[in-house]
Amino acid sequence: MLSLIVFLPLAAAAVLVALPRIGDVVARWLWVAVTAVDLALVVALWLRYESPGSLGLAFEERAAWIPGVNSSYHVGVDGLSLPLVAMTAVIFLACAVYGLHERDRPRIQAALFLFLQSVSLGLFVSADLILFFVFFDLSIVAMYFVIAGWGHGDSGRSAMKFFLYTFLGSLALLVGFIGLYLAADPHTFDMVDLAEAAPLAQSPLAGGLVLAAILVGLAVKTPTVPFHTWLPPAHTDAPAVGSAVLAGVLLKMGTYGFVRIAMPMLPQAWQSWAWVVIVVGVVSVLYGALVALAQTNFKRMVAYTSVNHMGYIALAVGVAGLVAEDTTQARAVAVTGAVTQMVSHGLITGALFLLAGVLENRASTYDMDAYGGLAAPAPKFATLFAVGAFASLGLPAFSGFIAEFQIFTGSVAAAPVTAIALLGILVTAALFLRALQRIFTGETRGRSVGFADLRASEVWSVGPLLVLSLVIGVLPRPLLDVIEPAAGVVVDLVGR
Amino acid sequence: MRPLLLLPEMLIFTGGLVALLAGSFLARGRQWVTRVVAALALLGCIIASGLALAGDGQSAFEGTYVVDTSTGIVRILASFATLLVLGLAGDELAGTPRESETYALLLFSTTGTLVLAGADDLLVLAVGFLLASIPLYGLIGLLRTPKGAEAAMKTYLMGALFGISLLLGVTILYGVSGSTLYVDLTERLATAPAAAVAAGVVGVVAGLMFKAGGVPAHFWVPDAAEAASGTVATFLTTVPKIGAVVAVYRLVGALPDTVAWPLLISVFAVAGMTLGNLAAYWQTDPRRLLGWSTVSQVGFLLVPVVVAGRSELALPSLLFYLSGYTVTNIAAFAVTTALPERRDLSSYRGLAGARPWLAGSLVVALLGLVGTPPTAVFVGKLTTATAAWDGGYGWLAVVVFVNTLISLFYYLRWIVPAYRPGEDADRSGRGTFVPETWSARTALVAATLSLAAGVAAGPLWAVLSAARI
Repeated sequence: MLSLIVFLPLAAAAVLVALPRIGDVVARWLWVAVTAVDLALVVALWLRYESPGSLGLAFEERAAWIPGVNSSYHVGVDGLSLPLVAMTAVIFLACAVYGLHERDRPRIQAALFLFLQSVSLGLFVSADLILFFVFFDLSIVAMYFVIAGWGHGDSGRSAMKFFLYTFLGSLALLVGFIGLYLAADPHTFDMVDLAEAAPLAQSPLAGGLVLAAILVGLAVKTPTVPFHTWLPPAHTDAPAVGSAVLAGVLLKMGTYGFVRIAMPMLPQAWQSWAWVVIVVGVVSVLYGALVALAQTNFKRMVAYTSVNHMGYIALAVGVAGLVAEDTTQARAVAVTGAVTQMVSHGLITGALFLLAGVLENRASTYDMDAYGGLAAPAPKFATLFAVGAFASLGLPAFSGFIAEFQIFTGSVAAAPVTAIALLGILVTAALFLRALQRIFTGETRGRSVGFADLRASEVWSVGPLLVLSLVIGVLPRPLLDVIEPAAGVVVDLVGR
Repeated sequence: MRPLLLLPEMLIFTGGLVALLAGSFLARGRQWVTRVVAALALLGCIIASGLALAGDGQSAFEGTYVVDTSTGIVRILASFATLLVLGLAGDELAGTPRESETYALLLFSTTGTLVLAGADDLLVLAVGFLLASIPLYGLIGLLRTPKGAEAAMKTYLMGALFGISLLLGVTILYGVSGSTLYVDLTERLATAPAAAVAAGVVGVVAGLMFKAGGVPAHFWVPDAAEAASGTVATFLTTVPKIGAVVAVYRLVGALPDTVAWPLLISVFAVAGMTLGNLAAYWQTDPRRLLGWSTVSQVGFLLVPVVVAGRSELALPSLLFYLSGYTVTNIAAFAVTTALPERRDLSSYRGLAGARPWLAGSLVVALLGLVGTPPTAVFVGKLTTATAAWDGGYGWLAVVVFVNTLISLFYYLRWIVPAYRPGEDADRSGRGTFVPETWSARTALVAATLSLAAGVAAGPLWAVLSAARI
């Protein structure tokens, strides 16, 4: 079932590429149909999901690939990956619906996004380091073509910067993987075996170096300060659907790597270096929020808030490494919050980027000062925008609040000094309110005059994302029931 | 003596002779027959090698030539590569005056490569070197252009210099040990004066580096890649190094530990990787760029040789990388021979819009040479870096990956124009790019093979890990 979910979009992409006579309309609707079917399969998977035990995987599949280096095609889901798989399917469906109005080479764009969907799903379900790496690199290649091919502004240069920077990160990650492989006895790339063995527990120096390599690789992808400089140009110049996927899905690959690879496989090193991760997280939170406050370009502003939101995740997973007897439950709450934040940020920021795409589409500019009083000509847009902005700043009743509340409960209980990161929430609130005020309130002027309100495809792509965030915010139990056991397992593994 | 153990080599050499003779007597329009003869000889070699692979390792001619799994794999790989090169040749050479001579020389050089790979004796190694090099001098200069003459002259002089270096090294090693057989060298060289042994080893390895096209004997490669015909450029950057690198592996396996040969090889590896990458960055001619890229790839190929005997992964990873590199390099060159007039990277602008499959093959080939998964070279780089780390050379693995990142820069400089939209509407239709059919097909086949070998790495690895030296 998992392989079907992962490779169905790829098969559809191959069909789209191989038949150039398919019309644009058929291609767009085929994209929507395939992503909808994939989402239905994921939902069916979720309904049949039962939490596997410690170090176990549900719906496991294994086939030999390169036995010579003990690397196999090994896939499976657990409480960490299932929510991310579901989030990926939802975001790609939203992008497909948004793409119903794409005029520039829709067939090729649909094929590229279906390929990217397969790659993203494959990464979240892989249980083998080399398989993970293959999907990691392919996501970089696919996103490069999305930005370079359908972007605007200085897209060629931004795409190149994105490719080179994240490729460097992926190579550092590969060095770390090889280190883990060689330290394990018998040598293996299998994630489950490595998590069980924790190979470098006895050698602090080697463990520290391997962790450093893996952290650099994941920190570039997440991104955290100081490796974040590729993100704002890539987001600003990418097309709307590209930014939504980049922020919603690709950034999660970095944070997922923390909880799936770095923490279970290198527990001793993680404990030793936990404070470094915490500091990086706090700095990302504050720096991202403050720089976002200073932006006048709306999309660039949202890009920096992504740095801020990912900083919360880094903070939480860092705190999970401060092992002490009485903080076990607090740390489990922090990790649960981190995974919830991954899902929440994907939905909310994906919605915000799709809305930003509307600004570009109607008036060709993201500059907030070029608008004013947009609420009057475009009330639907204003409503969804306001909902997205409030969700992003962590208003209760949305998923962001659940996530950030858990992160702070866990972090402050385990390390009270991390409360300084609460300032980030304050600054984020300020910047979103200011953006709302600049763009939507006041007298209708500038590019707001004659602004066409949202089309059906735009409403039906953004709306469900925000509704889902609201549902999670009000009824978080179904999601948390899946995440909590897995978070508990991760905290146990780190505490070894 | 057991000459029949060398049946594959004999088949190719005879094929070359038949092609040469037949070409002398056939009319210009019927010279394609020689291409068929050459292809049949290569196919025969592949079949004979495949059958021989099933048996155990044996030695022929009193232990001077060994036929084991590695030789068998090199035979199949080199013949298959030459077969793909013949696929390119169809467009370019059909009806030209020197058609049959080209095929004959290609086959002779391939025989030389096979002899290099199987040689278990220093003198046979020297013979293989000469047999592989001399046809190359002729092949490079066949086009009779001023640049071709310059490249041929450069190759010839470098070949002469490094051939002398090889023979000098062989002489010194024979002098201090009293035997040229590898099996004897290990014990006898251990008691010989280390300085003399070191000098001999440096001479021999430098000579083999000429054949491989790596530092320090790399100066001829970019000129030859740029100035020779497409067929010859593809051949000389692909096939000779298959034999040369395996020859270096066999040689260092026979050396004692009194000489620090890993240091020598690692210096050549790092220098090759870095120099090739940095020099490729400035190139605007796609063939010259690929020439410098092959110089850097030889550096990557030497990494598992550094840990020969220290890691179980070393030989299988070397053979895997060679296989992956061969098909990927041929795919990249095939794209340039499909569009032979386009000798500037910016002239590839708009290729994706006009010929999507050719552009796709180009992207797969170039990203394959970088080592993006899931291509074959990725598995090659992964396993060679792992082998290096396993053998105690972890720093070499890091250098491999740093250089992989550096190499991405110049490959992207070719991919980016190909995917940029064409200059104006009426100049960017299908008609602006009219590729040569056989080259385009070969490019597609080779690129698909590169992907397939990466995805189906398991079975291929199982065959290669049976290799022992």
